[in-house]
Amino acid sequence: MTPLLQVDSIAKSYGSRIGCTDVSFDLYPGEVMGIVGESGSGKSTLLNCLAGHLTPDRGAVRFDTRTDGLRDTITMSEPERRMLGRTDWAFVHQHARDGLRMNVSAGGNVGERLMAVNARHYGEIRTEAIDWLGRVEITEDRIDDRPTAFSGGMQQRLQIARNLVTGPRLVFMDEPTGGLDVSVQARLLDLLRGLVREMNLSAIIVTHDLAVVRLLADRLMVMKDGHVIETGLTDQVLDDPQHAYTQLLVSSVLQV
Amino acid sequence: MISVESVSKSFVLHNQGAAEIPVMQGASLKVGTGECVALVGASGAGKSTLMRMIYGNYLTASGRIMIGDVDVATAAPRDIIRLRRETLGYVSQFLRVVPRVSTLDVVAEPLLATGTKREAAVHQAEILLTRLNIPERLWQLSPTTFSGGEQQRVNIARGFAFPYPALLLDEPTASLDPTNRATVLSMVGEAKARGTAIIGIFHDHAARDEICDRQFDVTRFTPGLAA
Repeated sequence: MTPLLQVDSIAKSYGSRIGCTDVSFDLYPGEVMGIVGESGSGKSTLLNCLAGHLTPDRGAVRFDTRTDGLRDTITMSEPERRMLGRTDWAFVHQHARDGLRMNVSAGGNVGERLMAVNARHYGEIRTEAIDWLGRVEITEDRIDDRPTAFSGGMQQRLQIARNLVTGPRLVFMDEPTGGLDVSVQARLLDLLRGLVREMNLSAIIVTHDLAVVRLLADRLMVMKDGHVIETGLTDQVLDDPQHAYTQLLVSSVLQV
Repeated sequence: MISVESVSKSFVLHNQGAAEIPVMQGASLKVGTGECVALVGASGAGKSTLMRMIYGNYLTASGRIMIGDVDVATAAPRDIIRLRRETLGYVSQFLRVVPRVSTLDVVAEPLLATGTKREAAVHQAEILLTRLNIPERLWQLSPTTFSGGEQQRVNIARGFAFPYPALLLDEPTASLDPTNRATVLSMVGEAKARGTAIIGIFHDHAARDEICDRQFDVTRFTPGLAA
């Protein structure tokens, strides 16, 4: 089986500071990988390098494109990469306002992604938008409201709908549940898990919340100071951590 | 079906003075199809550790753990994920689920994950829940709010939903009343009859003697404990 994403020795420095270095892994279709680590450990830098938002200094990010198989997304042309960003890739930002158009209605936010892949029939776009708002538990009567009128949890769910409506194969998520209260988090996690299963999505989730990765991720990567210090099955890394830092991380979680 | 070959394990606690605690040394165990083996030994002897190593939840330091043709000790994460989906079931002592997912879905999940159609999977889940006396009015609720015994039965229903060729049972009859205990024991019996290789931990000795073919004393492989 061909991996969906093949990451090969990615490195990114900010001047003399290391953002992330020497990161390699394969992600297969349907797999969810979590990346955990403290603030400043390089997880967001890595995610942005993978998603094409930052250009890494070294390394390759190969994606299994529908037409040509594995292609290095770093060396491909800007229009090609942008096309991937609209079709096969999705990026869920920590702050929903970074991933939404705040002055466009909820329906418009979802519809815009469809129009970017050449949907033109207004009725069909609206029907599809209503369907997706329903899936993320936003009722139809809110379709013409702007995201500014939504709560934080609703904005995040709208962002997810906007991202998944075009049926991507790979979703990048940066702290998707950060800043939400726990009951909203649980609802979002349940939603994400269901969508990952139904659509056979692959996902890379950056978070510092170990409970989130335990519920969502098959595999886990632990980062510290820009380096990957431990990888493995999620429950294995959390229940039998090998590296001193991972042990500290796991034992620092407060029990409810 | 399950073959544990001279397996060793120690924990290194880096944040507590790098204390190294050897917990298992040279353990070997074979379980054939249709066989049920009980792990026995005092508390702390390493029964759960061995079981978790077999499930891939704990890393194995040396030795081999073959489940069919997969060596859990060295397999890549994705191979262990596939193994757990298709071959190796595990009924843990505690149920860990996503809040808000209904009991029916929790039980049907192993079937859905292996490609059973939704209708058939839910039907099978209903049969199991009925058999384990979980009242129908609770089926649409999340098991997170259930009593300990109910959660345990949901856990068992989930563990037995898919006919895994190999099964690990951690105290399956703890916190169950006599009726449900008998049901669980007969379910274990049926799995054996199907050819499932089973490794279990039972503090319920009567249950252990009833369904296990032999016992495996973990104490013999506990460093510092062996007589």
